[in-house]
Amino acid sequence: MSLRSEKDPLKTYAEITWCPGCGNFGILTAVKTVLKELLVRDELHRVVLVSGIGCHAKIVDYLAVNSFYSIHGRVLPVAWGLKMARPELLVIGHAGDGDAYGEGLAHLIFAAKRNLDLTFVVHNNSVYGLTTGQFTPTSPKGFKGRSTPKGSPESPLNPVELMLASGATFVARGYAGRPRHLAELLRQAFAHRGFAFVDVLQPCYTFFNTYDFYNKHVREIGPEHDPKDFESAMHLARRWAYTYEAEEIPIGIFYRVSRPLYEEAVRVPEREPDLAAHLERHHR
Amino acid sequence: MSNFDFSVLFGGKAGDGIRQLGQLWARLLARRGLRVFLYDDYPSLIRGGHNFTVVRAAEFPVLAHRERVDLLVALNAFTLEKHRRTLAERNVVLFDSSTFEAPGIGVPWSGIVKDLSAPPITRNTAALASAARILGLPFEELAETLRRDLPKATEVNLEVARKSYELTPPPPGRTLPRSEGTVWPTLFGNEALALGAVAAGLRFYVAYPMTPASSILHYFARHGETLGVTTIHPENEIAAILCAMGAACAGKPAMVGTSGGGFALMVEALSLAGQAEIPIVVVECQRPGPSTGVPTYTMQADLDFVLSAGHGEFPRVVLAPGDAAQAFHLAALALKLAWHYQIPVLLLSDKHLSESLFNQELPLVEVPRVSFKSWNGEREYRRYAVTGDGISPLAFPGDPRAVVKVTSYEHDSYGITTEEPEDIVRMQDKRLRKVRGLREELDRPEMVAVEGDGERALCVWGSTRGAALEVARKLGLRYVQPLVLEPFPETTLRKALRGVRHLVVAETNATGQLARRLEAHGFPVEEVLLRYDGRPFTVEDLERRLYGVSP
Repeated sequence: MSLRSEKDPLKTYAEITWCPGCGNFGILTAVKTVLKELLVRDELHRVVLVSGIGCHAKIVDYLAVNSFYSIHGRVLPVAWGLKMARPELLVIGHAGDGDAYGEGLAHLIFAAKRNLDLTFVVHNNSVYGLTTGQFTPTSPKGFKGRSTPKGSPESPLNPVELMLASGATFVARGYAGRPRHLAELLRQAFAHRGFAFVDVLQPCYTFFNTYDFYNKHVREIGPEHDPKDFESAMHLARRWAYTYEAEEIPIGIFYRVSRPLYEEAVRVPEREPDLAAHLERHHR
Repeated sequence: MSNFDFSVLFGGKAGDGIRQLGQLWARLLARRGLRVFLYDDYPSLIRGGHNFTVVRAAEFPVLAHRERVDLLVALNAFTLEKHRRTLAERNVVLFDSSTFEAPGIGVPWSGIVKDLSAPPITRNTAALASAARILGLPFEELAETLRRDLPKATEVNLEVARKSYELTPPPPGRTLPRSEGTVWPTLFGNEALALGAVAAGLRFYVAYPMTPASSILHYFARHGETLGVTTIHPENEIAAILCAMGAACAGKPAMVGTSGGGFALMVEALSLAGQAEIPIVVVECQRPGPSTGVPTYTMQADLDFVLSAGHGEFPRVVLAPGDAAQAFHLAALALKLAWHYQIPVLLLSDKHLSESLFNQELPLVEVPRVSFKSWNGEREYRRYAVTGDGISPLAFPGDPRAVVKVTSYEHDSYGITTEEPEDIVRMQDKRLRKVRGLREELDRPEMVAVEGDGERALCVWGSTRGAALEVARKLGLRYVQPLVLEPFPETTLRKALRGVRHLVVAETNATGQLARRLEAHGFPVEEVLLRYDGRPFTVEDLERRLYGVSP
């Protein structure tokens, strides 16, 4: 038995258990498109995928690359440690919206604040899938889930706005229903030196089917937008507040700037210290 | 005279520089070739309150402080009021005659500082100089310590010290001997522990500040560059342990440190380390709980917690050092075991060990080093290959030959999720098979410290070592201290306790956690001596309690 399937060197033998029509298929397709390019360039071994817990997390089982199937909300600290230990790795976090914006919110804000050199892809379906349909931090107000039968009393969080405010140096939004566009976003995100955040609108076919809504309202950001302009990125981010009411949902790169990397300020060179000399100098 | 044994208590309010004063005194005496031990007592506040430090110096090795002191150095009147009863018969009191009146020897420390327009904090240097003078220590020795240990504002401190030294009367009685022997290193428990991990090959230290573990973080932050240890202060304890585990999965030995409350937050990740077989060392410096408890004091009350922390069943090691040399050695051993077995290893310390200053040689030459079963590159890599000893060979992401899949989920040998009953059992058995190797490695004579062969035995763990060892020697008791608490060294303890008719256990908690563990393994415990007021046992305290125990 081999981890890789015979037909596809990127694929494992694991059977895909997402529901038919799941938005995760679109994300998997986009990720594979970019990984295939790395495979061709013989760089695939540098990739480590880190996932949390939820439907999104199964993606690591379906790809024959290094991975760390972490726990709910804890994708980023694991990814951080991997990257700090081996800067040559291309570390790509995958998380769900409950995972990233609920349980793991503090990690997310700090990852952006630090400008860790990672890519973080959020499979945002605005519903808890694997726990069978509860509201999440990005569910619209009034969302009727199993924990909110009378409708969610909370307004959704706008993660794009939050990431801009937190200091992320690459902020983008994609749509699982447009895998070609998403693949291009991911290609840009992987190439970015610094914290690259990609919120992916991902319909949950079973518990919150938003395909029709997104197909109607999603609009790609055009060349008229300058991604270096923070104010206009913020303006664009506020155009749609995850309310599921708006006319137009921008997708594409909102913001992209260059800032010094966290790891370059913190990482110290490895060495075999002379403990006897250290003791003599500081302890005798 | 080989029985020289002299204790000084320095007291004042927080912000007076009492801790630094004690430390300078300890180093000064250690450099004379004396053996020192420093105990630091302070409440959880930044200014005010009452801080005191006891420094005991002797011509024989000391690992504990005494209640009775020979010299009381009072920076305020409250110190005198509070500690007068602890003075020995031929005692001396030194106090600041500029600010209060008291029986004893007054020196106008505040006045000196004012006259020299020195910063107010240098009053502690004035007090240090008086103590040095009153014990007949040459000024040049004091000056040398100030130059070495106070690299900032050295000149002004020297001026203050000289003036105070001149104004202090010469020794009325005992003077400090000088030993021609070795000058032993002085280390706080946490410093020794940090260096032990470094000696084993530590590369990452990640921690969120929490007393009494914070000084490990400070030490690495200060010395990380020379020690080759990347030091990270993340957003919380959850991030700390997971970041360290990420680094470990990339092949770098990593350690985290915290106290009980922070460890509570790390428990989720501890269980992940158990499932995913990630080598990680967690230092748990105990303090009195529950919850915030008494943050700057000591307690040995988290043994039960660390033994069973984490959901599910997985092998772990719990080590409990009792002094600086043991902290050094066990920290190195912890890292070695974590990597050899790919498991979480807990180092159980406490405030008394972490923040007391020891004067001991560290076993630099016999230090355990990190090594692991490395993948040989043959056939396809399986992160969780099933083996006879339960240990799968390691490869790391970035290796072009291997696909490394680490996972929190139950998995097959490649690391792909499984929910099949046979797979679940096979993997659980594989992980638990490591316990056999761990028992063989840890149920050994070197993992239980034993001294003496009396029919009465005093059994302790962790930082209670210092006072217990001294009292056991004095009273002719057999001293027994397990250095490993999980797996419990049952066979070795049975040998160590052979012929014992009366087993006394002493520990600083309210319910006797070691005693309970001993009894659970069939060792009858006659008496349990417990102290749980946040203070460690002193030599006198333990002695009194042992006299109360029927022979």
